[in-house]
Amino acid sequence: MTTTTAPLDVAALRADFPILARTIRDGRRLVYLDSGATSQRPRQVLDAERAFLETANAAVHRGAHQLAEEATDAYEGARATIAAFVGADPGELVFTKNATEGVNLVAYALGNSATSSLPGAARFRLGPGDEIVTTEMEHHANLVPWQELCERTGATLRWFGVTDDGRLDLSTLDSLVNERTKVVAFSHQSNVVGTVNPVEPIVARAREVGALTVLDACQSVPHRAVDFRSLGVDFAVFSGHKMLGPTGIGVLYGRRELLEAMPPFLTGGSMIELVTMEKTTFAPPPQRFEAGTPMTSQAVALAAAVDYLTAVGMDRIAAHEHELTEAALRGLGEIPGVRIVGPTEAVDRGGAVSFVIEGIHPHDAGQVLDSVGVEVRVGHHCAWPLHRRLGVPASVRASFYLYNDLDEVAALLDGVREAQRFFGVTGAA
Amino acid sequence: MQLQQMYQEIILDHYKNPHGRGLRDEYDAESFQVNPTCGDEVTLRVRLEGSGEAATVAEVSYDGQGCSISQASTSVLTDLVTGHTVAEAFGTMDAFVELMQSRGQLEPDEDVLEDAIAFAGVAKYPARVKCALLGWMAFKDAVARVADDTAPASSNGEHSNGVTTR
Repeated sequence: MTTTTAPLDVAALRADFPILARTIRDGRRLVYLDSGATSQRPRQVLDAERAFLETANAAVHRGAHQLAEEATDAYEGARATIAAFVGADPGELVFTKNATEGVNLVAYALGNSATSSLPGAARFRLGPGDEIVTTEMEHHANLVPWQELCERTGATLRWFGVTDDGRLDLSTLDSLVNERTKVVAFSHQSNVVGTVNPVEPIVARAREVGALTVLDACQSVPHRAVDFRSLGVDFAVFSGHKMLGPTGIGVLYGRRELLEAMPPFLTGGSMIELVTMEKTTFAPPPQRFEAGTPMTSQAVALAAAVDYLTAVGMDRIAAHEHELTEAALRGLGEIPGVRIVGPTEAVDRGGAVSFVIEGIHPHDAGQVLDSVGVEVRVGHHCAWPLHRRLGVPASVRASFYLYNDLDEVAALLDGVREAQRFFGVTGAA
Repeated sequence: MQLQQMYQEIILDHYKNPHGRGLRDEYDAESFQVNPTCGDEVTLRVRLEGSGEAATVAEVSYDGQGCSISQASTSVLTDLVTGHTVAEAFGTMDAFVELMQSRGQLEPDEDVLEDAIAFAGVAKYPARVKCALLGWMAFKDAVARVADDTAPASSNGEHSNGVTTR
């Protein structure tokens, strides 16, 4: 039996991921450092999706035939597996198209509460004088829906600032989150600078003033053990494709009593209780929030991804990524002309490392890295305000996952030096 | 190998020693374009002499931030269009756009595109085509705005659809 602290056998893990065996541009080894954007999928996940489609595919929650029963069991079984993984009850988990849709679901449900006749919807209503608080660090997915909700309701958007080293500035917590605050939306871990935000004080303050909390957990759930109930957040979102699962599926977590009182976002089939030509009553959650035919094989595959991650062990994955992050921060810090954007120490920090190279635009740096097989993200990574705040128009981001190793960190560092050589920028030793 | 194909010497020269960079005060119309995927941006001004398609491009100037491809392409643009009629400039632009959208399958005509033939290698990288076209889209838009602005222009810059004019 392995202990939870045993280091990962990365070579063995890599054998599970067929794509990692391919080569890039003139036969270079693929060094995939873009898991923050989307992760690769192991054979076990691909097989689970195929097996479902080959043996049990049918529309769920309708039809009385055997296939429909088996498909429904697989779908609801997947929900239970994923719920247990994040410390939730199955009824508290809603499947969405992606995490972005999850945030929009909450934002639109709050907006819809203005005209909803559901008992209890009143607590979600927003209007002029109310405030929504977010942060300057957010992915656009946890910013734009709130801007739009403010537009529709007359509420005011406010936000936490970010310090020069890429941490949330919580010095204004007590004034920013006040009796006017209805929603506090923030990320668990920055997709750009890797900062892990302290959930506890924000949730505690939000509770004091009766505000709802919405956690963007897209960059935390795939990388370490996360328990929504013990974090105490009201809502949280994450996406399947960033955690070895498929695209086309995301998850919204909502505390049961909130989902029960909340009006729907999308309406139509599957989410109803009773329909007449005049009026419709809605199903209880989670079905109330899953209008239309859901993503069935994707849910099954996401549960297989959860099983895979659980078998490896989230604590071991977190420890492994910590080691890679430390090596990257140290190595990049030693290259003259490279500036790390965000925390330079691997403390309260996950495995997304963004940087700029003096004299080389991130696009050009990414092109050189690609030419040696190192696949990174370049641009503003859907967090334009954060880049503006940190004084860079764009950055290069390397992000790590369980299948990366120290050789790949070394390849990244070599690629950066190669970019400096190619563009004749001083700094390369 | 592929890297040299993309970053031709001509491109790197224009990147390091850009032509037409620095906004001129005298101009007829301005366009601001961004590449939303990366945040690169260019502000480009044109001054025309005459009117309609027969008008001559008297001066093009620009400022912006972006990668070597977007900046070099805009620099080459100023060389290719200045002193030509709008009709000729648009003809060159069409040839450049066609080259960039060819996925590297097109043999560029040096008589028409001059230094811009160096971007043929960029056309093999779909993600970078937008970079190469950023300045050209600004040029097209600015010229259209001159035509529109035979009616009086607004004095203080309007923002709509990511485009600024004045």
